[in-house]
Amino acid sequence: MAKQLPKEYYVKLEAIQAIDFVIYELVLYLDTHQDDAQAIQQYNYYAAYSNRLKTDFEACYGPLRFGMPVQEQPPWAWAEAPWPWQV
Amino acid sequence: MWSYEKKLMYPVKVSTCNPTLAKYLMEQYGGADGELAAALRYLNQRYTIPDKVIGLLTDIGTEEFAHLEMIATMIYKLTKDATPDQLREAGLAEHYVSHDSALFYNNAAGVPFTASYIQAKGDPIADLYEDIAAEEKARATYQWIIDQSDDPDLNDGLRFLREREIIHAQRFKEAVMLISDDRDQKKVF
Amino acid sequence: MSQQQNPFRRYYLPFRGRFDPCPPLGPKVFVVPPNVLTGFQPPDYPQFPPLEALQKGTLWEPFFDYYESPYRK
Repeated sequence: MAKQLPKEYYVKLEAIQAIDFVIYELVLYLDTHQDDAQAIQQYNYYAAYSNRLKTDFEACYGPLRFGMPVQEQPPWAWAEAPWPWQV
Repeated sequence: MWSYEKKLMYPVKVSTCNPTLAKYLMEQYGGADGELAAALRYLNQRYTIPDKVIGLLTDIGTEEFAHLEMIATMIYKLTKDATPDQLREAGLAEHYVSHDSALFYNNAAGVPFTASYIQAKGDPIADLYEDIAAEEKARATYQWIIDQSDDPDLNDGLRFLREREIIHAQRFKEAVMLISDDRDQKKVF
Repeated sequence: MSQQQNPFRRYYLPFRGRFDPCPPLGPKVFVVPPNVLTGFQPPDYPQFPPLEALQKGTLWEPFFDYYESPYRK
């Protein structure tokens, strides 16, 4: 039986979901507003911020992103639970 | 190619053990105006549409898979601990005898998914208008599911998904305007 | 916001025949979402902060439309 996740896991995850959501909204906006320099600047700001949040999250709770460097010690954490629909 | 990120787009929560809601949600899983149909429709239309809107179809099509995963999560949470008796009471006995509690691309009435739910006419205006209509139909479907559901947490996730349909419809409308605009026509091809 | 004040709702009254069996529901409501009333999104649209944007389902304030069932008591 898998361990129970701490409350902090959900708080940190939601912070990432919020930033990634802003990125997604900016991407769709930029797809039809390709010359908006301010939106591109905002996109870059949030993209860098998202990267920091995810790196921090991954150090505590295992990989979020495919193809990123992982700890060299087994087990192979990518294939470990919990999966998104389980938490 | 695509690469997976191990998180949901939105924190899905379900507060009541009510497998009947899972049956309704199947409309958005394997139904005509559901998320699978949406993803397949947009990604498939990309190959025969002007370059300036391919990015939009790619990004919205990709987001639809994230929505599909949210719907799957809702159905999974509503059915994973349901007994055969509970599933029968929820009108899911027919589903159970074929699938146990496995998810399947059916609509709420148990009709399996078919490619004829989507269109690809190869005509940019016809295809984008179809996309706008698909978003409005999906928005309406979310409204009717919310009307049937009394689970506040589930409705919270459904409201998120309904709002996304509004944004997507807006962007598809802008795509129509972008390819209809004749400002670029003097450029050399 | 009550349904009556929502700028994204419209109403019509279905014709009532003499032999309609059920008591009338009254005016039938339908949604005219913000995207239908907006053209090409202008620059500098007001935004929600990130966490609120996630909760509302959009970054852009003018595109937000909260849905509640009109039949809910």
